[in-house]
Amino acid sequence: MRAPSETAAGETLLAVEAVSLSFGGVKALTDVSFDIRRGEIRAIIGPNGAGKTSMLNVVNGFYHPNTGRITFKGTTRPKMRPHEAARGGIARTFQNVALFRGMTALDNIMAGRTLKMHRGFFWQLLRHGPAMAEEVEHRRKVEDIIDFLEIAHIRKVPVGRLPYGLQKRVELGRALAMEPELLLLDEPMAGMNLEEKEDMSRFIVDLNDQFGTSIALIEHDMGVVMDLSDRVVVLEYGHKIADGTPDEVKGDQKVIDAYLGVAH
Amino acid sequence: MLYREAGQFKESYAADMAIFPIRQDRIGLAIILVAAFVGVPLAASDFVLAVVMVPLLIFALAAIGLNILTGYTGLLSLGTGGFMGVGAFACYKLTTAFPDLNIVVCILTSGVVASAVGAVFGLPSLRIKGFYLAVATLSAQFFLDWCFVRIPWLVNHNVSGAIEVPIRTLFGVAVTGPNASPQVRYLVILAIVTFLTWIASNLLHGRVGRSFMAVRDMDIAAELIGIKLYQTKLLAFAVSSYYCGVAGALMVFLWYGSAEPAVFGIDQSFLILFMVIIGCLGSLVGSFFGAALIYGLPIALRNGLGALGLQIPAATVEHLTLMTVGGLIVLFLIIEPHGLARLWQIGKQKLRVWPFPY
Ligand SMILES: Nc1ncnc2c1ncn2[C@@H]1O[C@H](COP(=O)(O)OP(=O)(O)OP(=O)(O)O)[C@@H](O)[C@H]1O
Ligand SMILES: [Mg+2]
Repeated sequence: MRAPSETAAGETLLAVEAVSLSFGGVKALTDVSFDIRRGEIRAIIGPNGAGKTSMLNVVNGFYHPNTGRITFKGTTRPKMRPHEAARGGIARTFQNVALFRGMTALDNIMAGRTLKMHRGFFWQLLRHGPAMAEEVEHRRKVEDIIDFLEIAHIRKVPVGRLPYGLQKRVELGRALAMEPELLLLDEPMAGMNLEEKEDMSRFIVDLNDQFGTSIALIEHDMGVVMDLSDRVVVLEYGHKIADGTPDEVKGDQKVIDAYLGVAH
Repeated sequence: MLYREAGQFKESYAADMAIFPIRQDRIGLAIILVAAFVGVPLAASDFVLAVVMVPLLIFALAAIGLNILTGYTGLLSLGTGGFMGVGAFACYKLTTAFPDLNIVVCILTSGVVASAVGAVFGLPSLRIKGFYLAVATLSAQFFLDWCFVRIPWLVNHNVSGAIEVPIRTLFGVAVTGPNASPQVRYLVILAIVTFLTWIASNLLHGRVGRSFMAVRDMDIAAELIGIKLYQTKLLAFAVSSYYCGVAGALMVFLWYGSAEPAVFGIDQSFLILFMVIIGCLGSLVGSFFGAALIYGLPIALRNGLGALGLQIPAATVEHLTLMTVGGLIVLFLIIEPHGLARLWQIGKQKLRVWPFPY
């Protein structure tokens, strides 16, 4: 297990209270509550179809819960649009990579800076003076991210042509470009080989340490979860069945049953 | 001089972010511009200028317009002809209402009207996508067609129902009307098209262009990084229609000299769409290639066959070109969906690493 970082005891950044969500007859989430503290890595685990992705979708405004409340940075909002979540400082990556396939890795990450760029339309038409100065300033920030993720060699490659592991890295880069306070990672290591997983784990820990970014991490690999996370939420069939440190959760009988597939 | 990146170290991000980072590309561009502004008007006959170059540039501009919408933002439109028509009629109203207003100002302003109309007809794109949006823009096309025919105010109640282009001069030289020489018309169009292509290139290489492409490639993720979908799509419609509108105005004022509303029918929309598909969706230079191929091919065929001494009736030539263009489109969709511009890219890439393929 990871040594608890001193930031992990920060104040509550996100609080999810009694959230329920259903699609027609399917109950994706039932009465789920949990919180994420500033600076911590919070894992969300559970078997397939447990509602993990749905939880992230609720947090960043893609889905609106049927009941329940979400409080982010002290403000409670009944409905939040995804671009409002982005403005508020929530970034995410997707379970199935959702990059802009026709654009280069560099442009994908530059696109992540959209919200931070303010030069108006008419300056953009000229691409000189203030517009170019802004472009260069943000390019510098993006190059820092590119160095951090060690993807300098592929920055001019259209992402559609990159192997899967690198696509996941570029997607993380795009999310980082937003300088988020809360980063939602939906299975960032799915489909990777051991080496790629180790790289990705290192990036996640480093960015949490260096920038203090709070992270919600969905992951199936228990080794990774135990190594990286400060606290773990366990979902099963849309219900929260456990919540605690990795060690607490690991010993929990309900969790063991859920993972061994004991009949209810 | 070899076509190489090597040895040209970019000293700043600004240099790396230049639109043409490779020196040979910049030299090539300069040569093309000099040839276009000086060489062509001196060397080309009046026939070539008036029948080949003028239309080609106008079509390229319209293709850039549609490309911004369809190629860069991923919104399919069949209303191009209608938006071009709005530009043409707006220009006519402007020039006749303000006879002293500079003709170039009129033309560039008429694009603004087209832009506003385009944005209005872009409203459905907030709710519908793909095929359904294409149908919505098709209805825009038919509605605008109807307006052009049925609203006599648009042509100042001319009995002919057509736009009759008045004579306008620039620095004392006739630019529109029967006395305008092909050279002058060509140069005015070239200047406008060059300027607007430069503007489009600026826009598409920056924040706005990236949001367009983000919406095209993955709208969910675009929203997630804070791009407002509706604003971006409407902006794409507005910018695209601006280009189409200016192209329409140029078409009537500096090419046809007078125009019936039928010029801006659905045929025109499809023609421009073919140019964009063959040229390359999402490429400015491709818009020029597409226009050159679709517009130039029939002319080349007609004159080529004539030069060979073959006596083929005009109707057969017409059919031949239709078949060739249709075949080319199918061929491109199957073999190289990225169009001529992609072939151009591949060629340059090969040249960059020549003679070692790896
Ligand atoms: N948009 C949707 N429409 C209908 N049902 C949905 C939708 N999204 C999720 N569901 C359903 O909600 C339940 C939870 O799905 P979710 O994707 O959140 O699970 P998950 O825990 O992320 O699973 P996995 O590990 O496979 O990614 C599933 O039964 C799923 O079919
Ligand atoms: Mg999931």
